[in-house]
Amino acid sequence: MDYIFLQQYWWFLISLLGALLVFLLFVQGGQTLLYTIGKTDLETTMLINALGRKWEFTFTTLVTFGGAFFASFPLFYSTSFGGAYWVWMAILFCFILQAVSYEFRSKKGNILGKRTYDLFLLINGFGGTVLLGTAVATFFTGSDFLVNRDNLTNLTNPVISRWTNPLYGLEALLNIQNVMLGVAVFFLSRVTASLYFINCIEDVSILKRARKQVFVNFVPFLALFLGFVIWTFFGQGFAVNPVNQEIYKLSAKYFLNLIEMPAVLALFIAGVFSLLFGVIKTLLKPDFRKGVWFSGVGIIATVLALFLVAGLNNTAYYPSNADLQSSLTIYNSSSSFFTLKVMSVVSLIIPFVLLYIFWVWRAINGKRIDKEEMESGDHTY
Amino acid sequence: MEVLDYSLVDWSRAQFALTAIYHWLFVPLTLGLGMIISIMETVYYKTGKTEWKRMTQFWMTLFGINFAIGIATGIILEFQFGTNWSNFSWFVGDIFGAPLAIEGILAFFMEATFIAVMFFGWNKVSKGFHLASTWLTVLGATLSAVWILVANAWMQFPDGMTFNPITVRNEMTDFWSVLLSPVAINKFLHTVTSSWIIGAAFVVGVSSWFILKKRELELARVSIQIAVVIGFTGTVLAIFTGDGSARQVAQRQPMKLAAMEGLYEGKCGQGLVAFGLLNLSKKTYDDQIDPFLFRVEIPYALSYLSFHDFKAFVPGITDLMNGGYAGITARGKQEITLSVEEKMYRGQKALQALADFKLAKKANNEFLATVNRHILEENYNYFGYGFIKDKKEVIPNVTLTFYAFRIMVLLGLFFLFYFVLLWYMNQKDKLKNQKWLLWLSVLAIPLAYICSESGWIVAEVGRQPWVIQDIMPTFAAVSNIEVGSVKTTFLLFAILFAVLLIVEVSIMIKAIKKGPENVH
Repeated sequence: MDYIFLQQYWWFLISLLGALLVFLLFVQGGQTLLYTIGKTDLETTMLINALGRKWEFTFTTLVTFGGAFFASFPLFYSTSFGGAYWVWMAILFCFILQAVSYEFRSKKGNILGKRTYDLFLLINGFGGTVLLGTAVATFFTGSDFLVNRDNLTNLTNPVISRWTNPLYGLEALLNIQNVMLGVAVFFLSRVTASLYFINCIEDVSILKRARKQVFVNFVPFLALFLGFVIWTFFGQGFAVNPVNQEIYKLSAKYFLNLIEMPAVLALFIAGVFSLLFGVIKTLLKPDFRKGVWFSGVGIIATVLALFLVAGLNNTAYYPSNADLQSSLTIYNSSSSFFTLKVMSVVSLIIPFVLLYIFWVWRAINGKRIDKEEMESGDHTY
Repeated sequence: MEVLDYSLVDWSRAQFALTAIYHWLFVPLTLGLGMIISIMETVYYKTGKTEWKRMTQFWMTLFGINFAIGIATGIILEFQFGTNWSNFSWFVGDIFGAPLAIEGILAFFMEATFIAVMFFGWNKVSKGFHLASTWLTVLGATLSAVWILVANAWMQFPDGMTFNPITVRNEMTDFWSVLLSPVAINKFLHTVTSSWIIGAAFVVGVSSWFILKKRELELARVSIQIAVVIGFTGTVLAIFTGDGSARQVAQRQPMKLAAMEGLYEGKCGQGLVAFGLLNLSKKTYDDQIDPFLFRVEIPYALSYLSFHDFKAFVPGITDLMNGGYAGITARGKQEITLSVEEKMYRGQKALQALADFKLAKKANNEFLATVNRHILEENYNYFGYGFIKDKKEVIPNVTLTFYAFRIMVLLGLFFLFYFVLLWYMNQKDKLKNQKWLLWLSVLAIPLAYICSESGWIVAEVGRQPWVIQDIMPTFAAVSNIEVGSVKTTFLLFAILFAVLLIVEVSIMIKAIKKGPENVH
């Protein structure tokens, strides 16, 4: 194991967590569909409970994504979180609101009333997806910051990473390319949510409306996603000279990365096809209920490929437009060799974790949610 | 070059203190109540009696209300390391990486996965699977405390690392001494066992209310019986680990100990202040004003508790400022202690050596780089003192530390006797006639929280101005953002927290008033 291998390995794990997170954002998407797919109180309750047993996975994946980034690429954590303050704070508030809403919404004495908690879920569903998507897009479009390690000996201001844009992160929302990905993630989460409802709820009218939502949300998703991908792949990218680590702009850098890493290209294409297969088969065959699995795997593969394109093959994954040479690469921002090595040993437990998550998911979702279960009062939100 | 504003440091600290204290309202109940629920469900599993299931489910409902908000506030702390303490995140990110990875992989998902079974699984999985899930949720929650406590312990006693002047950060060289540092182990045990006190006080308090209302008498009696055992065990272990903690502080953070005791002029055979009233007109360590209006001391006790030696010298704040006495360093070496001014001088030397090292590297002057690297290494133990502008900055807030420490210890002792008394009264079935004791039990719930939060105030206020002991002061740790932004988010957090706390308590009271449901 050499240092470069470990840095790439941890970029892969970060990418995988990011990819899982995008898939699990179906919970957020579902929260924006509560009153579109659910027309009666009972129907909404069924939807809420379908999501309510999964929301913690999404939340935990977000926490772990942040934690893993901190652990493996601490310079990213200090630069991005400590600079794009308002974007991360906004994401944070969206998720705090969510975490209490499921537990509190139908409890007696909740003061604010069920509708307020549903509004919180809506805010999380919309804000969480759009903001996270926008933040991730800056991996390709860049931000305005300076990194200078010599600052530490400056006694009046020892801060190493400094943001230079006065909007402290909110400027990312002014870039159309970023927002395209943000809104694409929003629509995608609604597609996956609809597929998830189709998979785990037994109710004719919910099924019908969910199927409609798959189509309604898939069209804008596809348009925005294609737009973002084409713009990104063929626009300017941020390349690193492997000899002297100098960072420079290069046209079609991300497309070149795909060509130069055929395995990632294959992953990307397979991901897109699997996503399309899950969606199209669900739309064509009314008794096909497993679309969420195909689309889910597809999303994970596609997003994984995008993250890999952003960080591998001599690419700066967190570029700075204020000063190109301040851009972060997986080599200049990672933890030390020893720390990454220890972390890598620990990461060998991951397959067991995935195994028990899968096992428990099946145990809980073994039987589809139906009206009888909700009416029997078996812990419902 | 813009100058970092001191009010930015204060507001960033205020925000972190607010979120940490708030988060700590929910975590200990999760840990403590979780233990109690797991034991109840284990009995249900063994006996199959539905009253045990009913009891488990009732407490589990309350557990769930509290759990959600604990999760919601935990993520804030994690984010804030980056958003508000970005320099710190880079400076120590390499140390926190490994324990954080362990926690993320081992604990977070364990908790999140099995809590779903705990709440939705009663009719979906077998009894054994459900019981295992309950235990795994509590285990996951407890393990979730590991990283943050290892990190905190390392900040109090940095060990197992070297400073790399090229990357300008501390890099881990010895994983085990980070993870298993005596401070970390002690802190973990002290924190977890003291959380059992809160869980137990909560169960006892709520059960006592039922007895006062003459409802659910049997459920209340059995619940109290289990809770007092957990509570007593937790208190004894917390006292034991607290003693260990005091000794570690004496050796590694003598300034904190001096602040805890309001001790200015140290001596051999130092007594411990059992009760005392601080003289608030004392403003600085060298103003010759007696720090106490009144005090009752236990002779020789502080020397003994600190060094297991009745005659040992315990330095006071003045001694620590002036140095010159024979003391033991954090790493157990005997040496003549430096004054704060000397430490500041050495810190400045370390910072200058780092700057010169960088310049030498840029000029490709390897010789000069080596020389400066050597100077830096020699003085690195005082690196943080280089940022200190006025030597009095290194004295923490004595009033807050002194009183918080006394509140924690007195309440800890109170709980020791309280759990024994309750166990006895409950055992003899005399509790229902002792209204005063039942009301005291209701009152003891907030007391348990005050006790626990006071402990954190001692630990965190007492080590100011350091974010990492002697290596980095809070000033050098903050993010370079606008004060206005931090003030705004502080206000938003304060409003949100207030609303959520009111809602949480309201839901909790409603659920308690409703009482347990019948099990079919």
